[in-house]
Amino acid sequence: MENNWETNKLKRYLKNNLFLGAALGCALVAVIPLLSVLGYVFIQGVGAINLDFFTRLPAPVGDTGGGMGNAIVGTFILVGLACVVGLPIGIFGGIWLALYGKSKRGFYIRYAADVLSSIPTIVIGIFVYVLLVATMKKFSAIAGGVALGLIMIPTVTRTTEEMVKMVPRTLYEAGLALGLPEWKVTMKVVFRTAWNGIFTGVILAVARVMGETAPLLFTAFNSMYWNFRPDEPMASLTVQIYNYAISPYAEWQAQAWAGSLTLVLIVLTITLVVRRFSKRVTYG
Amino acid sequence: MIKQQIQKRNKGDTWFKAITFSFAASIPLLLLALVVVLINKSWLGFSAFGWGFVFSSVWDPLNDHYGALPFIFGTLMSAFIALLIAVPLGLGCAIYLSEISQSKFKEYVAVMVELLAAIPSVVYGLWGIFVLGPWVAKVVQPLLKNTLGFLPIFQGSYSGSSLLTAGIILAIMILPTITVISREVFQVVPHSLRESALALGATRWETFKLAVFGPATSGIIGAVILGLGRALGETMAVTMVIGNRPKIAASLFAPAYTLASVIANEFAEATSWLNLSVLVELALILLVITIFVNGLARLLIWKTTGKLIN
Amino acid sequence: MFKKLGVLMLASVLLIGMAAAANLNGAGATFPYPLYMKWNNVYAKETGVKVNYQGIGSGGGQRQFIAGITDFGGSDAPMTDKQINSAGGDVLHIPTVMGAVAVSYNLSGVGSLNLDADTLAGIFLGKIKKWNQVDSSFPDKDIIVCHRSDGSGTTDIFTSYLAKVSLDWASKVGAGNAVAWPVGLGGKGNAGVAGLIKVNDGSIGYVELSYAIENKLTVAALKNKAGIYVVPSLDSTSAAADGALNSKKVKQLIASGDFRLDLTNALGARSYPIVGMTWLLVHKKQADAKKGQALVDYLKWVLNDGQQYAPELLYAPLPQNIKSKVLAVVEGIKI
Repeated sequence: MENNWETNKLKRYLKNNLFLGAALGCALVAVIPLLSVLGYVFIQGVGAINLDFFTRLPAPVGDTGGGMGNAIVGTFILVGLACVVGLPIGIFGGIWLALYGKSKRGFYIRYAADVLSSIPTIVIGIFVYVLLVATMKKFSAIAGGVALGLIMIPTVTRTTEEMVKMVPRTLYEAGLALGLPEWKVTMKVVFRTAWNGIFTGVILAVARVMGETAPLLFTAFNSMYWNFRPDEPMASLTVQIYNYAISPYAEWQAQAWAGSLTLVLIVLTITLVVRRFSKRVTYG
Repeated sequence: MIKQQIQKRNKGDTWFKAITFSFAASIPLLLLALVVVLINKSWLGFSAFGWGFVFSSVWDPLNDHYGALPFIFGTLMSAFIALLIAVPLGLGCAIYLSEISQSKFKEYVAVMVELLAAIPSVVYGLWGIFVLGPWVAKVVQPLLKNTLGFLPIFQGSYSGSSLLTAGIILAIMILPTITVISREVFQVVPHSLRESALALGATRWETFKLAVFGPATSGIIGAVILGLGRALGETMAVTMVIGNRPKIAASLFAPAYTLASVIANEFAEATSWLNLSVLVELALILLVITIFVNGLARLLIWKTTGKLIN
Repeated sequence: MFKKLGVLMLASVLLIGMAAAANLNGAGATFPYPLYMKWNNVYAKETGVKVNYQGIGSGGGQRQFIAGITDFGGSDAPMTDKQINSAGGDVLHIPTVMGAVAVSYNLSGVGSLNLDADTLAGIFLGKIKKWNQVDSSFPDKDIIVCHRSDGSGTTDIFTSYLAKVSLDWASKVGAGNAVAWPVGLGGKGNAGVAGLIKVNDGSIGYVELSYAIENKLTVAALKNKAGIYVVPSLDSTSAAADGALNSKKVKQLIASGDFRLDLTNALGARSYPIVGMTWLLVHKKQADAKKGQALVDYLKWVLNDGQQYAPELLYAPLPQNIKSKVLAVVEGIKI
């Protein structure tokens, strides 16, 4: 009888170690692709990164010394336009939800934001194409910015709502006690306090839309020049990487890797820094 | 005088409430506009092919004959393969991260899994074309053919651009979702449950099986379905490795096509208005599928953790 | 403080950007894309006018042009009269260069390949499945067919040829911008197909010649109408153009100002059988005077100065006797 118990115990512990070992194995396997992607992007990209890459325009096939300068600037401009569209809706909408959103209306608005966040970005691209490109009769940076802005809205809204809600009620009441009207208290006291958290949410949303390609394919289109008019097509890092990646030219593929390295460095740095300094922001 | 001041103050409040509300309300309005636009633009295609569109396999832009079935097949199959790979892996990771004691190494692993989610899709695609695809064609496919080649899904010629490659890349991309949410779900389980199991002499694994897995089940399912939702809508990485072939094939080694990929490939280049309308119809189908799946997932997760996930 | 700085920067960039804009936007065929990119690069340096051309395929080029979203389109598949009429009738086809569609392949150990029309059609129909069926000395490998996944004029040229020389192909598949391919992987743009061929051992596909050369892919020699196996090259392209231009039908079309010529399967001992023209689609009546003038100047440059850059990228310049007629049509564009 004691023997049974001993072997049973052994079996149980073996099983325990087996499964936990398997769990560890899963974690290690999961990390491999990350290391592979980052590794390849670094090795392949580092060779093509030089000053030309950041400052020059795409060169025709066969010419050397081309770069993605316009694409890098274009990405920043597009993200800037996205913020113009996405931040007001996200932040003010989030504030409304935090203060007045316990009603049925609030439920529906939150639900709509949720649904919006699960829509494939390519579908959003189609929406903006029909709305802006087909009507304006041209591809434009505005269209690209609007598409990216729509993608940003759910993240910014959710973060703003949570951060504003987290500001202690005492702060709010102290402001009221000083005789300020509600809206002033909200903006000058509550919002200011929540701003750090909101800002991190905004930065995370920015990092996410920086990596988007599909919604730009038929809105901002692409360009080979230094072109910063918002009503004209605009180059972006992601679309340029895509075009170069599927091309058969070795120089262009090298540039695709370099572009990927640039993009990944920016996005990962933002993500890591933000997550490091704000454990309060949960998802997004 | 004070009455006037109070009235002014209230007016300010009313304005503020109205302005912020208009911003908030714009969200459901945008959503509505999106649906209306999609239905409007797909009407031409719908009136041409009706409901049969969903079940037809023909994709012939030359003769303007279209059917959605190959794309629905590709979308669902690639997502299914992704789940097959990512669910066990993701759950394993989540178990490791939540059940094994605190250590610096564990936190690094957690961060790395989350970083998988931050890599842009197009970069995954690039890596897929030059690294994953060749590896799948040279290592994975021959291995599968040699061991399980009697199954029709593992037959046919090797190709880096295949349904299998797309499934694998999707698995990598949805792994963080499943891991992070499952881990959250595990940690929400009350400690008292764990402690009672441990008090009875259960091993770590047994504790997990008895005390954590049960209450976490619906949350896990929610995480899985959320991962599915992401996999269904993924565009760029899949487009670059799936082979872009609108035909349903039995083998996983064969190229395929997803709803998102065909839209990305053909939208700017659609050759006729009917072609364009049909692509919007495909977008509508994709929209319906993803909204349904994601809605279900969030419901389950909310039920378990009380939190709303982004 | 940072917010204000950021807003200031954005505003100044936008203002500066407003001043310096790309002047003309075009999109379409990837067939001539390497050459167009070279042209636009040189043209911008010489005149300061920026022409932004994106390769999205001839199908897209036609549609974006008709929808008015681009100022001009690029297409190697000519629009039919029916298509032109349903688009409002105001479409001019201005030929720019000619190029060869190479049948490119990747088969380790095989450095040269001769294909006749029937074998080529058989491969793309999926009837010939393995390389050793083409030639018994070839390895026992599956043939991986690579074709276009987007609407393409290159496809139009290639399938027109196949439809001409193979009844099987003509009845089963047909010719056009986008067809229902019986077998194969789809690549986006000429670049995509070249890329597929490059990474898949045992693959075969059709790409514009310069894509094959730039990508160091091997090309097959095809049997032309005279029964001789010819490799695609600048010479064999020009020879084909000469051969095709000798036909009475073609001469009539040119005389009437219609440049939508089919150059496939041309006569001549040195002619390569799959050769095509590529066109820029422009409106006869230009809506915007400034843009219209810029476009006309650009077209004239393309037809005169631009032609010298064609040979080094393996495109054949337009023959002299066509050029003068095309210039006449360009002059006729109403600004």
